[in-house]
Amino acid sequence: MSGPSDPSGSPLTLELRDVAKSFGAVAALRSGTLEVRPGSIHALVGENGAGKSTLVKVIAGVHQRDAGEFRLKGEEVDFGSTSESKAAGVAVIYQEPTLFPDLSVAENIFMGRQPLGPARRIDRKRMYDGSAALFDRLGVHIDPRRPARGLSIADQQIIEIAKAISLDAALLVMDEPTAALSGVEVDRLFAVARSLRDEGRALVFISHRFEEVFALCDEVTVMRDGEYVSTDPIVDTTVDEIVARMVGREVTDLFPKTPAPVGDVVLDVEGLNRTGVFHDVSFQVRAGEIVALAGLVGAGRSEIARAVFGVDAYDAGSVRMLGRAVRPGRPRAGIEAGMAFVPEDRRQQGLVVDGTIARNVAAVIRGRLDRLGFLTTRAENRAAGPWAARLEVKTNALDMPATTMSGGNQQKVVLAKWLATEPKLLIIDEPTRGIDVGTKSEVHRLLSDLAGQGLAIVMISSELPEVLGMADRVLVVHEGRITAELDREEATAEAVMRAATGSSGITPMVGNPASASTEEVKA
Amino acid sequence: MSMTLGSDPAPDAIEVHPSELSPTQRLLATVLRSRELAVGLVLLLLIVVTASKSSSFVFGSDGWRSLLVNPSILILLAVGQTVVIVTRNVDLSVGSTLGLTAYLTGRLFIDTGLPAPVVVLAAVGLGAALGLVNGVLVAFGKVPALVITLGTLYVYRGIFLTWAGSDRVTASDIPDGFLDLGTAQLLSIPVLTIIALVVLAVVGYHLHTARSGRELYAIGSDPGAATLYGLNVTRRVLLAFVLSGALAGLAGAFYVARYGTVSSNAGLNIELQAVGAAVIGGVAIFGGSGTVWGAAIGATLLVTINSALPVLGIQDFWQRAVVGALILAAIVLDRVLSTRQERRLAVARELEPGHGSPPGTPAPPTSSPRSDHGTAS
Repeated sequence: MSGPSDPSGSPLTLELRDVAKSFGAVAALRSGTLEVRPGSIHALVGENGAGKSTLVKVIAGVHQRDAGEFRLKGEEVDFGSTSESKAAGVAVIYQEPTLFPDLSVAENIFMGRQPLGPARRIDRKRMYDGSAALFDRLGVHIDPRRPARGLSIADQQIIEIAKAISLDAALLVMDEPTAALSGVEVDRLFAVARSLRDEGRALVFISHRFEEVFALCDEVTVMRDGEYVSTDPIVDTTVDEIVARMVGREVTDLFPKTPAPVGDVVLDVEGLNRTGVFHDVSFQVRAGEIVALAGLVGAGRSEIARAVFGVDAYDAGSVRMLGRAVRPGRPRAGIEAGMAFVPEDRRQQGLVVDGTIARNVAAVIRGRLDRLGFLTTRAENRAAGPWAARLEVKTNALDMPATTMSGGNQQKVVLAKWLATEPKLLIIDEPTRGIDVGTKSEVHRLLSDLAGQGLAIVMISSELPEVLGMADRVLVVHEGRITAELDREEATAEAVMRAATGSSGITPMVGNPASASTEEVKA
Repeated sequence: MSMTLGSDPAPDAIEVHPSELSPTQRLLATVLRSRELAVGLVLLLLIVVTASKSSSFVFGSDGWRSLLVNPSILILLAVGQTVVIVTRNVDLSVGSTLGLTAYLTGRLFIDTGLPAPVVVLAAVGLGAALGLVNGVLVAFGKVPALVITLGTLYVYRGIFLTWAGSDRVTASDIPDGFLDLGTAQLLSIPVLTIIALVVLAVVGYHLHTARSGRELYAIGSDPGAATLYGLNVTRRVLLAFVLSGALAGLAGAFYVARYGTVSSNAGLNIELQAVGAAVIGGVAIFGGSGTVWGAAIGATLLVTINSALPVLGIQDFWQRAVVGALILAAIVLDRVLSTRQERRLAVARELEPGHGSPPGTPAPPTSSPRSDHGTAS
């Protein structure tokens, strides 16, 4: 690893060393290190949850680091807000769009620094012309006058890029700028990125597409589990080496699923489609089986799960439980058909955090507990007790509010709530997100036990070891489609990662992406 | 539909609306599609229909003056309310602020004999201070403005009632010169109306042409994005509440000039009319869009309805129902238009070539430089 300054003597544009950031008990970033030379494009790669986006937000001043060093052009900096980082010459394209939908495209680009005419009035003509010039440079045609509302994700992304370029920044950080772009647009973005590099600016490029990383970047830094792994010149490394470093983690801290007898088909999803979200999704889940939906954040996994359960509507296709069609768009129908759904965001969607544990556990079966329309606390406690005990919810009393518990115990309460409905199918989205390592394995053991008792489980997870350790079968979702179906034996970290990033690796992908990926994995 | 590299007419793909319209055409299109025009036409229609029933509604010297002067107080409040709503907040305390500042105006005339401009400034100042309290609570307390200003609505009204006790300000307490302001006209336009229109013009111009004005829209459009972008959300929201309070203070002074008397129910419930005026005038209740022009026309429409419906022989109950129906119609209209637009855009996006994974075709995922930058082996 190079020293604090470049051998040529010019200071590094960006230097982060052992930067840490925790949110509550969860360490999103343990020791992030990143050194970017002026006039270079630096790739930052890692799995979901490796801490890349947290690192970006520290650079941008959205988050303040807990520990570590942060230098810009050789000077120690401490950004309290995004306006400070912007003033210091940092432009950031965030993963999530940061547009103002009601305002015009041009205003989105120039907000807060609109060109001014006499008496400090905004000169709209110059603003529109400036936007048009930026779009020309990017080779796209977007009307600067139209509102940002309703723009496709790709167009939104292009506006973010135009915004960042127009800032004339010394450091430009792009967090997955190409995720929604077409090939031509990617090429143009790269041309612009190279010209910015040649002007002596430093760029950080985050992408899951290795072809892009290798085509564009000069150096690559790998992160894993919130920690720095390695930095290499791009010419000295290969995709295989990088993938190995990204996933090279011991799987031993996870409880592997014990094999359970596989029974009849419980869930049968056929040709599910929702315009603009997911396309032609078909799969089956059998009793006793854990099927993982793997893929990158934003690939459409949660959306598929929500549609299957009935939270969201879908345009075409069918969902059948135990051979019977489930009425779409109604969670109540899903519950009556024997589905249970543990959403990704426990605090927002899964729990009444201020309610007692008993009330939370009894929430779904409330209809069965009432007497003449009244629900007594005693009935709730009676119903909740056995489940809380079975799942070993660690708490003093059932009348404690759920908000006082740890993430792991909250997850157990949500699970208990659904298990009390005696479901045939459990859909669980990110079962261990935000849960400390110790409790993680408890949740894994629990899921394994439930499958052993004949429950069919659909598990959405962004953590590869969890997918590989728990799943009997892995369905990989990429941009709204299932691009690979892998058995336990076939599912290696590399195979899942390749299908999830849509990268073909060795064989160029032709025809049906799903069959191509599967063949490649089998080969 | 599947894309091949190097195929020439590059599928630029983006739904293109190049500016092929001339500036005049564009302006015309904007005006024709605007809510301001639609509400203005409704207002005009109402006036025409009412005038045909009773010509003195418009053409009587009193009718003309009332038509113009009556909305001026609500216009001030609606302008302030719009500035707050645009930032995705709401100010329910303006009715109480109006009452309190109106009483202050009366008391200053009774107790001090200060010149009228100083008294008006004092009312505006008190209003701004009350607005500052709202702004501080909302901006730093991170509690929804609806709750904060509902609280201060009662607090400010309570202060007013405690201070006034059983006193009330009557016209005999007010200098004639100030009362004349309520009836004075310039070129047969009431002075109060002119002041309200000047305030409207200044605020409207500022919102449209100043950076700080546009930032208010940005904040209301997406507060999270505004923070990420580095806008000073706290300060802008605070100032929006100060402006709303100051305008309510000015409205309090107007109230005294117009009516002469200030009783304990001065300005009672007028905050709801101000919100209603803004909503009818096309100000989105979730912030980010709408103009003070629309809100002012909405305010004029609300006030005019109240005086027109009795002329048309419509009962009191139905007058209220009409106002309610207008507000509901405005909101339903907004909702219908926006869902229709969203659906159309979602379909359009699917049909765009070269974006994301086109549906129905087994086209490869989007990253295209894969073949020429073969990486492994």
